Amino acid sequence: MALLDVEDLSVTFARRGQRTVHAVDGVSFSVDAGEVVGLVGESGCGKSVTSLALMGLLPKQPGLRVGGKAVFDGTDLLQLDDRSRRDIRGRDIAMIFQDPLSSLNPVIPIGLQVTEVLTRHRGMKGAAAEKEAAALLDRVGIPDPKRRLKEYPHQLSGGMRQRALIAMAVACQPRLLIADEPTTALDVTIQAQILELLKDLVRDSGTALVMITHDLGVVAGMCDTVNVLYAGRVVETARRRPLFREPRHPYTVGLLGSVPRLDAGRGERLNPIPGSVRDVLPWPDGCAFAPRCARRVDECVGEPPALVLAHDGRSYRCVNPAPAPGTVPTPAATAPVVDDPLASAAAEATASPVPAPREEEKP
Amino acid sequence: MTESDILVEVRDLKVHFPIKRGVIFDRTVGHVKAVDGVDLRIARGKTYGLVGESGCGKSTLGRALLQLTPPTSGEVSFDGVELTTLPAGRLRTMRRRMQMIFQDPMSSLDPRQNVESILTEGLQTHGIGGSRDERRKIIGETLDAVGLPRWALSRYPHEFSGGQRQRIGIARALVLGPELIVADEPVSALDVSIQAQVVNLLDELQDSLGLTYLVIAHDLAVVRHISDTIGVMYLGALVEEAPGDRLYTEPLHPYTRALMSAVPVPDPDVEDRRERILLAGDLPSPANPPSGCRFHTRCPWAQPTRCADERPVLREIGASRVACHWAEQIATGELRPHKVSAQITRPAGEGEEPHVVSAPSEPGSYV
Repeated sequence: MALLDVEDLSVTFARRGQRTVHAVDGVSFSVDAGEVVGLVGESGCGKSVTSLALMGLLPKQPGLRVGGKAVFDGTDLLQLDDRSRRDIRGRDIAMIFQDPLSSLNPVIPIGLQVTEVLTRHRGMKGAAAEKEAAALLDRVGIPDPKRRLKEYPHQLSGGMRQRALIAMAVACQPRLLIADEPTTALDVTIQAQILELLKDLVRDSGTALVMITHDLGVVAGMCDTVNVLYAGRVVETARRRPLFREPRHPYTVGLLGSVPRLDAGRGERLNPIPGSVRDVLPWPDGCAFAPRCARRVDECVGEPPALVLAHDGRSYRCVNPAPAPGTVPTPAATAPVVDDPLASAAAEATASPVPAPREEEKP
Repeated sequence: MTESDILVEVRDLKVHFPIKRGVIFDRTVGHVKAVDGVDLRIARGKTYGLVGESGCGKSTLGRALLQLTPPTSGEVSFDGVELTTLPAGRLRTMRRRMQMIFQDPMSSLDPRQNVESILTEGLQTHGIGGSRDERRKIIGETLDAVGLPRWALSRYPHEFSGGQRQRIGIARALVLGPELIVADEPVSALDVSIQAQVVNLLDELQDSLGLTYLVIAHDLAVVRHISDTIGVMYLGALVEEAPGDRLYTEPLHPYTRALMSAVPVPDPDVEDRRERILLAGDLPSPANPPSGCRFHTRCPWAQPTRCADERPVLREIGASRVACHWAEQIATGELRPHKVSAQITRPAGEGEEPHVVSAPSEPGSYV
């Protein structure tokens, strides 16, 4: 039994006189205890709305419809009333947001914002709460935590703010942590610090982590299982290595081909996906990715492609997937993308400035 | 590299912004040294990539190069003409030959101007194309070059997607037929699949028009993809400059090494194998930079001698230029990295002890 089981989650925003927006359109995925699950996609694919819906943070407005199920440890998060949701939020499930400056209250010292969680969920007060808060800040690597407690968010740097936010999130040792683009607003060296911190926290406490990001590099380094979203649906699910080694959905292939790699040479052409995220077909009329797809066939249009289940937990939503290497010769359009990771990984082994021992893949 | 191959030469460029205090009398209490002594040369038809973290002065350097921000001191020569002392009128005519592409296409395009008007404005200012028809022709060719349809002319920026808006920004720079294009974070506001389209477009335009680029970006992978030479900046100065491949295979400066090891690569095998050099703490304030080598406060290889009191200058090692006293010893492995604890850095004048705020007793009772 998975820790979190999201089944057929859908979120629609309707407004009078305007087309209904299907932000999330039947997303299903599951998260096991201690697992890191990635939700990857470009802007507008519904990855953030998914996380907000799970946390019950979507603005309550007429026209908002949330459907489906999200079972966390036996309770359906979507059916909870506000009161019991508040009990779970922060204690069992916590969230880290993208922009720490806008998710911290600017007029309240950091310490108070951290102790608030402790007071609400763990009943700690006064000096004990303050001591625990200082310990938390110390744990996430903030130097001189006692002094930091009295400071305001604007006095901290971006990386420190994100650390403070993480300290608040892990204050009650939640079983599930949702991180929505936790490093997008940060510089690369700070990003590396934060990712390392998240990895340590997950490893030490056995917290499950849902990592929402657009950065395939972050996914490659962190996630056990990856869900690729496009236009509000999961188009491909796979374990980390198979996904990068042999992506099956053309969108995943396209994404991997679009990313310039640090270990690729100058002038190597990228293989971008033509068109933009606006060129979508509504899912009921066929595959939403069809207008941009290089492997489009007639069957793509007409009805939505069914989810194809492949071996070892892989699944993709495509009628004409990129062939797995070794079965059929890959067409020229996708070949460099599929072959590249292996070839350059071998080159990397000799060329890398900082070789390091290989780590075992997490079970 | 002979003299005639150099399009742009920057010598000891400095841009300092004064920090003012006081209400009636503006007192200058210090300077933010955004760019503090940079030398670089950009070869004609090549791409120079400038990388660094936010606040390192890379954008200021790009703007100072085009004289959009007046430099405090130093020289910038463009094709043999010294720009810093050029009278305003002459400078304006020179601008036709050097254009800029900005990061956020939505805020750098006037929302009330249609595409035709955006593209015509530059032509009129510089008196290119005698008649309306002639200008239309130039604009049409530019649109084709950047891959926008002709019907785009009568549309307004908000009617385009992010990628197309960036193409309009590129068309605006291209329409004057410049030689140098300074691109400040040209793709960082775009989605991954669109980024690749724009990067490819920049590559194609360079091939067909022989443009010279100065690409400023924080994304090392993007810069490495399009640059011939890469300069790494830290706190207002270049710390290393090398051909793209060499910078990746043999980074010499400790900061470059840390930067390279921090960039995530979309490949699980690479990600698992590599060792991360994690830098402690944050970028120090450019108003109050550390003495000696600016990086010594965060450097895992910092030595007790020289690093803290002697500012390293760029010196040539092989094909690279690097500003580190110990580059050779680090490269051979003679010096080993040690652990650095994070130090608190804050802008000057903000270091006072914060006031203690009385805590409300109940959570959620903040007023």
